[in-house]
Amino acid sequence: MTSTAFVGPPAASGTPFDGPDTVDWATATPDAPQPHAELGLADDEYERIRQILGRRPTQSELAMYSIMWSEHCSYKSSKVHLRQFGEKAPHSDRLLAGIGENAGVVRISEQLAVTFKVESHNHPSFVEPYQGAATGVGGIVRDILAMGARPIAVMDPLRFGAADHPDTARVLPGVVGGVGGYGNCLGLPNIGGELVFDPCYQGNPLLNALCVGVLPVDRLQNKAAAGPGNVVVLIGAKTGRDGIGGVSVLASATFDAGSEARRPSVQVGDPFTEKLLIEACLEIYDAGLVVGIQDLGGAGLTCALTETSAAAGTGMVIDLDRVPLREASMDPHEVLASESQERMLLIVEPAKLNAVLGICAKWGVLATAIGQVTPPENGTPGRLVVNWKGQTVVDVPPGSLADDGPVYARPMREPNDRWLLQADRAETLPRPADSELRDTLLRLIASPNLCDKSWVTEQYDRYVLGNTVLAQPEDAGVLRIDPQSGLGIALSVDGNGRYARLDPYQGAKLALAEAYRNVVATGATPVAVTNCLNFGSPEDPGVMWQFAEAVRGLADGCLELGIPVTGGNVSFYNQTGTVPINPTPIVGVLGVIDNVAERTPMGFANRGDAIVLLGTTREELSGSEWANVVHNHLGGHPPVVDLDAERRLGAVVTAAPLTSAHDLSEGGLAQALAESAMRKGLGARITLPQGQSAFVQLFSESAGRILVSVPAGAEDDLLALAAAHGVAATPLGTVGGDALVIDGLFDIPLDELRAAYAATLPDLFGRGEPEEPDYVPAPRPVVAEPAAAEPEVADVAAPEIHLGRPVDAHEGAAEDATDE
Amino acid sequence: MTAAIGVVTFPGSLDDGDACRAAYLAGARVLRLWHADPDLHGVDAVVLPGGFSYGDYLRCGAIARFSPVMESIIDAAKGGMPVLGICNGFQVLCEAHLLPGALTRNSHLHFRNRDQLLRVESTGTAWTSSFEPGQQILIPVKNGEGRYVADQATLDKLDAEGLVVARYVDGNPNGSQRSIAAIRNPAGNVVGIMPHPEHAVEALTGPSTDGLGFFSSVLRHLAAYERVTTS
Repeated sequence: MTSTAFVGPPAASGTPFDGPDTVDWATATPDAPQPHAELGLADDEYERIRQILGRRPTQSELAMYSIMWSEHCSYKSSKVHLRQFGEKAPHSDRLLAGIGENAGVVRISEQLAVTFKVESHNHPSFVEPYQGAATGVGGIVRDILAMGARPIAVMDPLRFGAADHPDTARVLPGVVGGVGGYGNCLGLPNIGGELVFDPCYQGNPLLNALCVGVLPVDRLQNKAAAGPGNVVVLIGAKTGRDGIGGVSVLASATFDAGSEARRPSVQVGDPFTEKLLIEACLEIYDAGLVVGIQDLGGAGLTCALTETSAAAGTGMVIDLDRVPLREASMDPHEVLASESQERMLLIVEPAKLNAVLGICAKWGVLATAIGQVTPPENGTPGRLVVNWKGQTVVDVPPGSLADDGPVYARPMREPNDRWLLQADRAETLPRPADSELRDTLLRLIASPNLCDKSWVTEQYDRYVLGNTVLAQPEDAGVLRIDPQSGLGIALSVDGNGRYARLDPYQGAKLALAEAYRNVVATGATPVAVTNCLNFGSPEDPGVMWQFAEAVRGLADGCLELGIPVTGGNVSFYNQTGTVPINPTPIVGVLGVIDNVAERTPMGFANRGDAIVLLGTTREELSGSEWANVVHNHLGGHPPVVDLDAERRLGAVVTAAPLTSAHDLSEGGLAQALAESAMRKGLGARITLPQGQSAFVQLFSESAGRILVSVPAGAEDDLLALAAAHGVAATPLGTVGGDALVIDGLFDIPLDELRAAYAATLPDLFGRGEPEEPDYVPAPRPVVAEPAAAEPEVADVAAPEIHLGRPVDAHEGAAEDATDE
Repeated sequence: MTAAIGVVTFPGSLDDGDACRAAYLAGARVLRLWHADPDLHGVDAVVLPGGFSYGDYLRCGAIARFSPVMESIIDAAKGGMPVLGICNGFQVLCEAHLLPGALTRNSHLHFRNRDQLLRVESTGTAWTSSFEPGQQILIPVKNGEGRYVADQATLDKLDAEGLVVARYVDGNPNGSQRSIAAIRNPAGNVVGIMPHPEHAVEALTGPSTDGLGFFSSVLRHLAAYERVTTS
């Protein structure tokens, strides 16, 4: 395949002028051969396009259909399954916008709402790690912006191949640098994420990015291009040749040896422009200047034009010559397909156009009127007409691209190795003797999936915007939303591909359960769910079965927990050759906390506090990190998931006055104890109860457990509360000392724990230059410095100031509740 | 009259809202200044906040230094107005030659965000009089280009004249020469600091509240100044 095939179809041969394929010419040359197969369109899909148009598509139209009907944009393989999220959704009064919008919007108070979503940028991040990851962040941030929200934080669930594989050393630093480079430069705190290594991701690393934003309820925007006569305005970066075919070439096909040649299909990010775009859009929203707005992401202008007009049932006439280009030689199909970043499409009433252009000029954001909304014709939706150099190159019903893409019920088959896999249980593996438990703990805590992630998270700004109450490595990120009342939110993203490989239905539920548990551990009440479903090729019946099972599990789980899915993203074709990744459903749970000052951190806080384990430990080692690290083993059944028990556990931890709470997940109790102790440098003395082997108690990964501490004397109240909710509660010991002591088994000084925990990632990915020793200046003669006077007591009332959004000149005048 | 602190917003400024919050919590009136507006609107002191002014694609602070508001701030600083440059603001002050030296790429080449211990070494500035000499404070550091460098003579002069305001303790997060985290001009009204005091002003969101000292210091300084000039 030549590189031009990625860029778009060649012009039909013999056009009568030196220019692109037009509607007139397409009508005149119905039989001109077209390269639909090379663009990823099946023969029957191409036939359907011809039926819709009543002629062959032009070169531009063919490019548009090929990207809008790609797996990435049309969800053609996943749609029939994703419907369950709507059908099984529990009722929620909080939901202001749900599936199908750019992002779900959840009301958190009378005045305020939160919008959040997680998306993948997996394929670009493998091809070009830095830019792939950077634009992954940029894309999800614009989704949040398009809802009318100010983006306030990001999170990054990441998956890489084996930690010691040479290619991981290429991909990981680039991805982390890209996530950090873009997010830091936008001024968005990174409040959490995941970092998991597994050989199954070697050729298919996963970069999922979550963004959360906040808006006043009445600032909610929509994407409908309503109002014939309104002006279509494109703002932001110029359009270039970058990212052409990103969704169809990269995201909708399996990788092969030629993947490196696809670097031109990766977009290049400019976070500075995006920052200006955010400020300009928010000012435009606050002034009430837009009718509709849509971000330009995958499929670029094509997607934005068709989705906005289809949503309103209107049409549009677009003058493509007006689109500001980086390269003047671009053809119309390239302009329509470009995925150049940092662009938004606005629908503006003519009378307000000058005000919009003025705000954009203030922020130095390019803004161009490129067309007009046209009315429906005779009761049928309007048409999208695109003109180029005086010729019509596109004339299509927008709904046929945006909504009426092909839908497939792909064949599904349970993978035939599944029963073998499930029969090979980790519970039967050789276990360490009690005398070896100390070494086992140290080995596990230093393993790449359980070790200290500071090497990564130190590259992310977690402080900017000044509302980060908890961030990684805490169980969930907690943000203050309203400084007056203390109202805030908690967010966690979780997933475990090993569990999902063993049982995708349970695996999806386990991911949901863990994210839910992480949110309740901080004291917040879960209210909504987002998800990113990372799978192999949907054309593989085994993968399709995994996908269907995971969706069913997540939909059932959300129904059981009473929190709706508000949106999400599907990433297929994460496989190299015929080998797919472990199915990896990533689940994000959003919680609301009435007063962030009362959040519960994960670290042991006070000497003498009583440590209690909430929940039940079973002998569940299959899929565990112990089986992974010690035996390189994956088999058996994942831990049992009981969502009713999770809910009762949540009720206990949100009601009890805890001094610390830390969820148990990968690595089990041993990991949770070590992390809780190291967090603030306070050790613990633990006595494991009799009756169950110490090994199982320490390393089983049973779900539904949280390690908590309470002030001495308060444990009886906690036990009573737990009993009232039917939650098992096991007193384990007390906080104190500078070691983790397990009575009768071992003790490990915190310094030794920390050394094992912290060394792994720097050893793998570099420490940089050794830090210089502290510099101590030579003493110098004391110079008398003038004593500062006592402050004057001023009785002038402090004026209202408005934080977070700059205003035109001085004396903050922004009326922006969300920015406080 | 409560002193007014102006916080500049350049395109790409990110911690401007946080600087406003910190000044407000310290008791100041807060005014926002816009990069394209040379009018300082009567503020008594100025904070240049963190961020990536104009994208910092050329060299950090290199373009901001030429903005209309900076022309006025440079004049005012030479006349004694207190100016605090934080992170990107420090870079701007160096580019504007209000402070010597430069901030370059961290020695390990990564952006680094951590809670950093500093030792305050000069308390005779407009921004640090609330601290004790030698006091250790905990302030977040977060930068990609925060490595302070200068020629040998400049470094010696900074040491000899007591112009180093704060140094990194317990680890140097970016390879700064002589562990320099903050410096001042000889008059003491202009201070540049790489770590972020505005992110250590509330126990809930910061590692400490040590950062408030910078803002309470300048209010004290301004109150004393007002007393002198009006008596």
